[in-house]
Amino acid sequence: MSDLGGLPSPSADPLGSLGTQTVAIAVEAPTQRVAPARWRLLLRRPTFWAGAVILVFWIVCAVFGRSFAPYNPLAQQLLAANQAPSGAHWFGTDPLGRDVLSRVITGARTILIITPLATILGTILGTALGLAMGYLGGWFDTVASRIVEAILALPFVIIAFLFVVALGNSVPTITVIIGLVFTPLIARTVRAAVLAERSLDYVPAARLLGERPARVMFAEILPNVMPAILVEFTVRLAYAVFAVATLSFLGFGVPPPTPDWGADISANYTGLLAGYWWQVLFPALAIASLVVAITLIADSIEQVLAS
Amino acid sequence: MSSPEGYGAPAPASAAVPDPAEPTLIVSNMDITYKVRGQDRLALRDVSFTIGRGESYGLVGESGSGKSTAALALVRYLPRNGRVSGGTIRINGRDPLAMGKAALRDLRSHTVSMVYQEPGRALNPSIRVGRQIAEVFEIDGESSDAATKSAEEMLRKVQISDPARVMGRYPHELSGGMAQRAVIAMALAKSPSLLILDEPTTALDATVEAEVLDLVAALRQEFRTSILFISHNLAVIAKMCDRVGVLYAGELLEQGPARQVFDDPRHPYTVGLLRCIPRRGQRKDRDRLDTIPGFLPAPGHAMTGCIFAPRCGLAQDRCRTESPPFFDVADLQAARCFYHDQAPELPRATPSSAPALATDGIGGPIVAVEKLAKTFPGGVQALAGVDLTVHRGETLGLVGESGSGKTTLARVLLGLTAPDQGSVVTLEDKPLNPDARRRPLEILRALQIVFQNPDSALNRRHSVRSLISRPMTRLAGLSGTALRDRLEELITSVRLEDRHLALRPYQLSGGLKQRVAIARAFGPRPDVVVCDEPTSALDVSVQAAILNLLADLQQQEHASYLFISHDLGLVRYLSDRIVVLYLGRVMEVGPAETVFIGPHHPYTEALFSAVPSLDLEHPERIKLTGEIPSAADPPTGCVFHTRCPRRLSTGICESTEPPLLEEEQGHLIRCHIPITELRILQRKESAPSQGGSA
Repeated sequence: MSDLGGLPSPSADPLGSLGTQTVAIAVEAPTQRVAPARWRLLLRRPTFWAGAVILVFWIVCAVFGRSFAPYNPLAQQLLAANQAPSGAHWFGTDPLGRDVLSRVITGARTILIITPLATILGTILGTALGLAMGYLGGWFDTVASRIVEAILALPFVIIAFLFVVALGNSVPTITVIIGLVFTPLIARTVRAAVLAERSLDYVPAARLLGERPARVMFAEILPNVMPAILVEFTVRLAYAVFAVATLSFLGFGVPPPTPDWGADISANYTGLLAGYWWQVLFPALAIASLVVAITLIADSIEQVLAS
Repeated sequence: MSSPEGYGAPAPASAAVPDPAEPTLIVSNMDITYKVRGQDRLALRDVSFTIGRGESYGLVGESGSGKSTAALALVRYLPRNGRVSGGTIRINGRDPLAMGKAALRDLRSHTVSMVYQEPGRALNPSIRVGRQIAEVFEIDGESSDAATKSAEEMLRKVQISDPARVMGRYPHELSGGMAQRAVIAMALAKSPSLLILDEPTTALDATVEAEVLDLVAALRQEFRTSILFISHNLAVIAKMCDRVGVLYAGELLEQGPARQVFDDPRHPYTVGLLRCIPRRGQRKDRDRLDTIPGFLPAPGHAMTGCIFAPRCGLAQDRCRTESPPFFDVADLQAARCFYHDQAPELPRATPSSAPALATDGIGGPIVAVEKLAKTFPGGVQALAGVDLTVHRGETLGLVGESGSGKTTLARVLLGLTAPDQGSVVTLEDKPLNPDARRRPLEILRALQIVFQNPDSALNRRHSVRSLISRPMTRLAGLSGTALRDRLEELITSVRLEDRHLALRPYQLSGGLKQRVAIARAFGPRPDVVVCDEPTSALDVSVQAAILNLLADLQQQEHASYLFISHDLGLVRYLSDRIVVLYLGRVMEVGPAETVFIGPHHPYTEALFSAVPSLDLEHPERIKLTGEIPSAADPPTGCVFHTRCPRRLSTGICESTEPPLLEEEQGHLIRCHIPITELRILQRKESAPSQGGSA
């Protein structure tokens, strides 16, 4: 009888963001078709493409850089030190006569290993903490919030610095340190998203089924805050690039002579006074382009999720 | 946004005085098109109506019918992708579509005013109310002092007793009713020729709504303003309007004098819509509500024939091929239907009699609360000493305005909010833990809830199948075939289809979502289901189907309902007994019909008389004055004495809280006035119309 023809009544939304066609598709194969529709929207954005192209370029450099770099990035040619960009050395050479272009290409590796791993670690820990703070509330939230605020009050470089001094500067340590430093930041964002979800009736409804807190957090709330976490992840990824570069600049990155953008800037910036600008400019541009690429992607994802 | 060629006729140069013989508004054959993703979609088609000087015209329709779009078009407030693609509009003889910027600004500031649903959003939150109203006068060149005086005068006209104080307030410091008055004051400040009211009282409580409607009616007399009144509520339109137009999917299907259209509708849609509303004398156990089958066509539909034909019980082949014109069906009444003469005999979509299942009748008490109190931080007393019982198989209706404690009561019962010390909540005589998390699964199974808003209550990331199944596996321990069978049985009962099971809630319409929520609640075979305003987010035609469903399921599953609603018509239709709450206290309890027929508590009386009804003329309204007091600082003595029209002169009402006394069998009233006296008082004033109610 009555009001159940079947299709979701499009009347609820007269200006219909979903056309009838989309609805029809969704009804036939809902689980497979709905999510990709969003990804298609992403692919339509030029900013996403610009970011993706740059990012893919650096990933290729990180993985295969050694094989297509014009020189061995470690090979010193003391006779050809501090040469300005030329046909032989497009980006010039450094004080040890190493080819800057080759060092920039191969230098992508460390930063592209540490950055995503650290951000993933920070996102996982931050999500767990943020869910617990937002859902459990009470004294746990109060105590955790104060600790998070205390950590956020300190410049992260200082904290990272302390840990590196205490634990040493291998790639795994730096990854873990940056992950831990990001945890409270991400936790705070997730907590805010969880608080918004908690005001919806499905949360008390789950409690009325006697669901355990872990299930309410991870099976009920988490899927709904995933978009916020995804955006947070991409934003943090860009920050992590800065963090890794800063640590290496300060001398707490991977030990020399491994090519590394931050470390190379640090090693050569005194050369600026002597006019050797290419030794600093190109690694700096590399860092900037990676940050911009990730930010463009983050922006596009956020826009698409918001639409 | 250019107007189509042809009616660029030069507007009369700033016609200051409109011709009194000419209608204020003439809309002829108006089409409105929205451009969505490069495609034109017709949102309004061939709409024509006129509003005479001082006349009040109602536009009624369900969501998506295009009522608000029509209003926006009149003053060219359509969103950028919308335009009037055909027809003409004349306001005081001038065409807003052909106006330049200056003329349009003049039209909006002097000729037409609009009042929207949410007064809070129409006022600037950071400017004092007085300033905002005074601005309207200043625009017209009044000095600042004179404008302030005019604003004060205007507030007095909208019956704000202390205008000076209200003018110094910020919008958030005003109650909803007060803020809406301020908005109306602003709208009328320039004595507009046309006042557009778009759902002006939908966000307000019943007694406040009644005051605002009275105010609008009074001001209409005083200002001789023409009114376009837009509402989904047919009873409000019937009360407020001279003539009414029924809008469906962007087309006007019927129009005529309001009373006549509602008493003798001649379009099958109007007939169907009116049958969806529970009327006085209808009861869930005797009369099922009729429904309108099918769905509203998609916007931008390219349809031949009558737009209502796919849902119409009278539709013939002709209706599907040929678009019906307006037929004059009676004096001033016209319906767009070939078979308008048969419309009153529209076959029912739902059989009228309830399925003849053997009722077990109403059993003993199952849930009881005693001395239930709840004080929130800040001293807000949401509940103060409530005693009530729900019997097995009965529907207990819980009625009250916002702040009465209805929802808090439901939450305490379910264990979502802990009551104050000393409160007792029992299920089958066993005390319940105040915290749901500490209640055994068996207790959780017994008490279920259908929330008001399914968008909020259903996790949008879960499929319909898991939404309905989870309570059954958790609370009833079902799995395998037992689970599958029960799932099958449930979706048949709530009339969902198999293909819905794989969908997520956001892929379903509002009515279907609420069916999922109901199936979810009934899954584990609960003893008591709390229904918290389960239909208030739904359209009238969908609401009827949900009410039928609730009535059927109660028969089938022998569940008790605690039915919370602000809609007295629904409560009367569905409830066996009724509890009236005011400021967290029970004012009256009794069998539904007894409570409705009276004698009632003065608050109940006022509440009932405040609600507009489609049924025959109301008794003289019992007018309440003042605002609902704050629950943080309830009045002394009887909490209702500050607004009670029957307050005793002895002073007892102010000093002593009356006890809740059983005045008749099962009928309890909390009032110092003895029931015999109440009966005399109330009969004296309302005798003529009480006979009609069965």
